[in-house]
Amino acid sequence: MKILIRSGRVVDPASGRDAVGDVAIADGRICESLAGEPERVIDARGLVVAPGLIDLSARLREPGYEHKATLESEMDAAVAGGVTSLACPPDTDPPLDEPGLVDMLRRRAKALSRARVYPVGALTVQLAGERLTEMAELAEAGCVAFSQANSPLSDTQVLWRALQYAATFGFPVWLRAEDYCLARGGVAHDGEVATRLGLPGIPAFAETIALGALLELVRASGARLHVCRLSSAGAVQLMRAAKAEGLPVSCDVGAHYVHLSDMDLGYFDSHCRLTPPLRSQRDRQALSAGLADGTIDCMCSDHTPVDEDQKQLPFSEAEPGATGLELLLPLALKWGEQRNLPLARTLARITSDPARILGVQCGRRSG
Amino acid sequence: MQSNPQLNANGELRHLLSIEGLPREVLLSILDTAASFVGVTEREVKKVPILRGKSVFNLFFEPSTRTRTTFEIAAKRLSADVINLNIAASSQTKGESLLDTVANLSAMQADVFVVRHASSGAPFLIAQHVKPHEHVINAGDGRHAHPTQGLLDLYTIRHYKRDFSRLTVAVVGDVLHSRVARSLIHGLTTLGTPEVRVIGPQTLLPTGVESLGVRVFHDMREGLRGADVAVMLRLQSERMRGALLPSAQEYFKHYGLTAEKLALARPDAIVMHPGPMNRGVEIDSTVADGPHSVILPQVTFGIAVRMAVMSMVAGTS
Repeated sequence: MKILIRSGRVVDPASGRDAVGDVAIADGRICESLAGEPERVIDARGLVVAPGLIDLSARLREPGYEHKATLESEMDAAVAGGVTSLACPPDTDPPLDEPGLVDMLRRRAKALSRARVYPVGALTVQLAGERLTEMAELAEAGCVAFSQANSPLSDTQVLWRALQYAATFGFPVWLRAEDYCLARGGVAHDGEVATRLGLPGIPAFAETIALGALLELVRASGARLHVCRLSSAGAVQLMRAAKAEGLPVSCDVGAHYVHLSDMDLGYFDSHCRLTPPLRSQRDRQALSAGLADGTIDCMCSDHTPVDEDQKQLPFSEAEPGATGLELLLPLALKWGEQRNLPLARTLARITSDPARILGVQCGRRSG
Repeated sequence: MQSNPQLNANGELRHLLSIEGLPREVLLSILDTAASFVGVTEREVKKVPILRGKSVFNLFFEPSTRTRTTFEIAAKRLSADVINLNIAASSQTKGESLLDTVANLSAMQADVFVVRHASSGAPFLIAQHVKPHEHVINAGDGRHAHPTQGLLDLYTIRHYKRDFSRLTVAVVGDVLHSRVARSLIHGLTTLGTPEVRVIGPQTLLPTGVESLGVRVFHDMREGLRGADVAVMLRLQSERMRGALLPSAQEYFKHYGLTAEKLALARPDAIVMHPGPMNRGVEIDSTVADGPHSVILPQVTFGIAVRMAVMSMVAGTS
């Protein structure tokens, strides 16, 4: 099949190129020019032509949580949102800690033939934070990285060993920075809003203390660390310093976090119950600025479908999470507009930058 | 930000969920209405027909004696039918959701839900889902608010001190876990109290408590100096388990109200406590039973205040 997308505004985030032109596709691959006549011509005048979006965190809820969402429904959402590649965290039920599960997920996803799915394997068995998974086996089955999702890894010795083991094979480790003990029982950012609403708080230093420990372990082990879902200004600062130091680290932020703050909890709106919690306006601004200057590598949707029953509960009992696959593009564009960024740079945060972290040849016009 | 869910389009009280966000005029009108009911509670026939034919459901998802009883008395004095439900012991343990429980009771023709719940914000959730003619009164939600207690505290202060605009009020103890403190602080600042102080160790004061408009004291003697009102908060014994405090003895030594510490307040200072009291933990018996104590009048005023709130949200006239 030869397709010609004609006269669109072609944006290539990887190179920063942004100009009106044609894009030729032959047998599913973008090419310089077509040999012979195209079988299909798409008139893209007045439209933007850009690479498919890449989302570093979208929960597909399979296996185990099919009442919240199914692979099919979420893949539909991905494609509707322009997301053509996504990484899914291992917190399914059972968690992605065995090659068979990973293999099955990939086959199911492939059969649906919508977005590409890159599974992130569990770092520890059952995500329990005690024993290492068979990372090499899991990588062979298709896992692109290893993670604890939102499960704590409170034993620092296990964390150290896990990073060392992953570093041995060069596997990237994706972790959220949160001190389990400081976060225990908390449901909102520990600040003025939580104080007013009488909600148990999670202090911002629950993130920075854990991040400080993670960075120290990266120094010791040389592991490639991707820090997921930054939520505080302090964490942005630590990441900036870590990158200046030359540590092999990267990080992302959830799309909601650059637009919302704890003020948006309003009168206990459980839709704003998220993990990590929405923090202060100051934190939100630091995240937005960090994403613009490249301290934060990319924006992800952190898509977490929660059924309505689990949200129609008092705030602290409601299940954390929000959908985002179909909001990733509009929220990124809104952010880019607020910061006056060129379109190519805005799109880089949801295309070529996450591709770099995934280590795949997507999200750019040409490899 | 959503509009205030407690008020109807005319700015009248539809639910009572929190003192925060209620305009000064609404607060004063509740206190004035309560004053008119104090007379009723002192008559031989202690009933008025304001809620005749209406049903008040006391929905207590958390145990309570005093609050539930005073709500029941208040509703009966307004001639309402009162149904007490101790939900902690029934459907919730069978896995029924909060909103399902409320929907079922609503099908039994409720007019007023008086709700106590361990989770902050639960009454807001219920208020979003009740029918237009139904009203929700928060009888204490988590650490968030206990507006009728706050109102009866304000009523008591006004009764003894008349004018808020010259007062220094000290709230002492476990502010972190206290819905009573939060409600009272909002009420005091709304009514123009120039100095509201909170006194306690850092472990019992919430982050950024100054943003509520209070001055923070860690030294109780300093904080009580020149105070017109001392409000003692209940200290629950489980606080000793979570590394918040070492012991009740040490707490009493530093933050328990004794006659000696009270002497630093103004000579005509009043002492309040929302109950139930822990004698010898947050307050010494000589003070609790002494001439400055207005702890029992608080309970009496509580009935009039709850009558006022119920009549204002659900009354026909």
